[in-house]
Amino acid sequence: MKINLTINGKPHSHDVEPRLLLIHYLREVVGLTGSHIGCETTLCGACTIEMNGQAVKSCTVFAVQADGANLVTIEGLASNGKHHAMQEAFWNQHGAQCGFCTPGMIMASKQILDRNPNPTDEEIRHGIEGNLCRCTGYQHIVNAVRAAAEATK
Amino acid sequence: MATTITKTEKLIGKRIRRREDPRLITGTATYVDDMQLAGMHYASIVRSPHAAAKIRSIDIKAALAAPGVVAVFTGKDTEQVGPVPCGGSLPGLRVPHHHILATDRVYFVGHPVAVVVAADRYVARDAADLVEVDWEVLPAVADPEKALAPGAPPVHPQWPDNTAFTYHQEGGDIDKAFAEADVIVKQRIVSQRLVPVAMETRGVIADWRGADRALTLYTSTQVPHLVRTLVAGMLGLEENRMRVVAPEVGGGFGSKLNIYAEEALMGFVAMKINKPVKWIESRRENFLCTIHGRGHVDYFEVAAKKDGTILGIKLKLIQDLGSYHQLLTPVIPTLSVLMMPGLYRTQNIRADIVGVFTNCVPTDAYRGAGRPEATHGIERMVDILADELKMDPAEIRLKNFVQKEEFPFPTATGLMYDSGDYSAPLAKVLDLAGYQELRAEQAKAQAAGKLMGVGLCTYGEICGIGPSPATPAGGWESATVKIEPSGKVTVMTGSCHHGQGEETTFAMIAADELGIGIDDILVVRGDTAIVQYGIGTFGSRATAIGGTALYFALQEMKVKIKKFGAMLLESDDVTFEDGRVTCNKTGNSKPLAEIAGASYRAMKLPPNTEPGLNVTYFWEPPNFTFGFGAHFIVTDIDRDTGHIKIRRYIAVDDCGNILNPLIVDGQVHGGVAQGLGQALWEQAVYDDNGQLVTGEFMDYVMPRAHMMPWVESHHTITPSPVNPLGVKGVGEAGTIGASPALVNSVVDALSHLGVRHIDMPLTPEKIWKILQTAGKN
Ligand code: FES
Ligand code: FES
Repeated sequence: MKINLTINGKPHSHDVEPRLLLIHYLREVVGLTGSHIGCETTLCGACTIEMNGQAVKSCTVFAVQADGANLVTIEGLASNGKHHAMQEAFWNQHGAQCGFCTPGMIMASKQILDRNPNPTDEEIRHGIEGNLCRCTGYQHIVNAVRAAAEATK
Repeated sequence: MATTITKTEKLIGKRIRRREDPRLITGTATYVDDMQLAGMHYASIVRSPHAAAKIRSIDIKAALAAPGVVAVFTGKDTEQVGPVPCGGSLPGLRVPHHHILATDRVYFVGHPVAVVVAADRYVARDAADLVEVDWEVLPAVADPEKALAPGAPPVHPQWPDNTAFTYHQEGGDIDKAFAEADVIVKQRIVSQRLVPVAMETRGVIADWRGADRALTLYTSTQVPHLVRTLVAGMLGLEENRMRVVAPEVGGGFGSKLNIYAEEALMGFVAMKINKPVKWIESRRENFLCTIHGRGHVDYFEVAAKKDGTILGIKLKLIQDLGSYHQLLTPVIPTLSVLMMPGLYRTQNIRADIVGVFTNCVPTDAYRGAGRPEATHGIERMVDILADELKMDPAEIRLKNFVQKEEFPFPTATGLMYDSGDYSAPLAKVLDLAGYQELRAEQAKAQAAGKLMGVGLCTYGEICGIGPSPATPAGGWESATVKIEPSGKVTVMTGSCHHGQGEETTFAMIAADELGIGIDDILVVRGDTAIVQYGIGTFGSRATAIGGTALYFALQEMKVKIKKFGAMLLESDDVTFEDGRVTCNKTGNSKPLAEIAGASYRAMKLPPNTEPGLNVTYFWEPPNFTFGFGAHFIVTDIDRDTGHIKIRRYIAVDDCGNILNPLIVDGQVHGGVAQGLGQALWEQAVYDDNGQLVTGEFMDYVMPRAHMMPWVESHHTITPSPVNPLGVKGVGEAGTIGASPALVNSVVDALSHLGVRHIDMPLTPEKIWKILQTAGKN
């Protein structure tokens, strides 16, 4: 099936198998390997991207469902060579250790602030509860989201 | 929050943000699955659905005929490949031959039996379902105590008692200690099986260049050099023809400190099909086939005097080994024995281990590897003893600690504790907690019918593993420092970090020693073609041993720099400071870049001078280092639901000198999450047929952000005398401290109802059930 979509501001058009998962399309067809695969069953959040402004787990979307959509992946967050405030906050606050969950975690965290620029710690924790991290114990991630909220005020 | 730095400041001790992060936060890091090689094929592995079965036959015709499939291999094809190696040697150890693909029998659910190779990932996966295996299903046993019972199904038919080894260790006079005791407390304590769950599953790409007889393996591992030596051996390939690359590694926690069948299998496939081949473990495979951790049933006995003095400790340890020995499987419980005296002075111990085969995936090193189990046991026992003697848990600990003046302290298990001040973190944690006030509050809460507990764990930890005689594959580490002709510095470390931040910490060490900016330094690791032989990252060793190897390499480098600087300045009286060599008489100086350039141009070398600036140093530590600390948890328990709420978590860790507090905090937080994971939620549950019931994220409960308490992380600092950096190690501390503190806190909340021990995980259901009967008779 033919799909046309926008990824990180650029148009893409491919002929794909109907069963191809969006995460596999992004990683293997388009070559954007920043979004990761931690489970393929919607439970870890490593594959989180933004689709039409909503954070989605791209292992649970077929590529054909993204026909016509506007996607933002971790590779599209920085602009003009400058990190997004959330990326910078993850760096300053040591929000990443092995980094495998990090792209999905940053996309989910960005969504928290998109919806609520002043989240409490509890709201931050609930906002990322769909994203598993085995390394950090989440504390520095919570710090990062709080710091990003401060920085974007 | 990271600090900003100016150029000439010393970096050690500062919260420097990590140099590896720019690629991680932008999604540009390269993990194994991110790599595509020209002509690459994909492998999918057919695995046993049964825990025990004979293979009558395997029919691969349909799979082979599927469009796009290029090859299917079964155990018959791979019989010549050497077995998956076990690095542990214990007297009388029974080692089953561990083929990379099963030949005539399978021993656990997930056991690999065939591999299907296709040009496309989806095609390989589909075709794997077309492989038909004719099974003769056999009875299985998944519980170690049941496996030891007479008449249990034999995991390996040649050893009907399911016993892989027994191991005995004794120190002091344990019988006398127990004869003289006023009180003896006993408890069966389970450290349940856990799944390590690195967020990146395992993955391998094998790239074979037949004309050169050269095999490159890209694999998600903590130990690339070990993989190279051992997998080359399995494949019958000359070691120097093999290159192993650990690209970005998405977490390990011990689960990637191993040699796996799939690593050799991909090498075998690539050599057969003459094309690169990739295998990426699915999450389901990760649960079923990557090593598990823990899996102890411990029978503890502690003898003590009325005043709380511990006289001796006995331990019967039943270790669930699973079906095979992976790299370190049988060694792990022996580490528990080493650590069983904890921080206490007692010189009388007796330990007996039975290593038991079960029809489960093997257990092996998981964060802490034997030490969390030991600490959980002894810290529970000390609380049980305190309860028996109606003593305060803090007081009984203080009474039994090894004293500050007694270091180096020889333990009953043959260790030599390097340095310590065990009462310092305890005093600090009690002070931070407001211990006396909490006890008063608890008394009031109890009177009002509320359940509130405070729990303490004072742990000791073997870090910096370890001196070579104490480790199966070498306990040293290596570092190379190269100063390029332009003066830029490349550090190559044999440590293979995978999230611990050594790209930053090691650059900080080099920057301070050379007096140059951190941006002039690059730290490289994880590629056997580039980096000198190394051991790897595990056992809280990277900084203590790898960092020290780097430190010594830098000292040699400084001597060289001075020599070349002296040559340029035509003076013998020079100093090297802040990246410049200065003549002490004239005050003339030369920057490192100029000296480096001259060292390579080598125009006017003094006689017997080696050109260039290149130093490699292999450092063998004289001892382990021993970190310690005190963790403290306040819990409130909901009577109606059994839900445990952690009100406060305070950690005071002593990991020796702290090089980068930001990174140390992160290690503590992550460690605590894994320790609380075990204490509260996680458990690998096999049913009686050997099926893993908790084999998905749906069923295996990992800590998520909203489940974690805020961790208040503090430190005391007792430098280690074992290395010049004075560091000990912190990677496993949080995991070791957390589970006993949590269980002690919950038992403390329930002890007035007659509860003395609860085995992990402390699920709400378990607590609720206890509350239905506790205190009612
Ligand atoms: S890979 Fe999509 S949620 Fe785990
Ligand atoms: S940083 Fe490793 S999983 Fe989150």
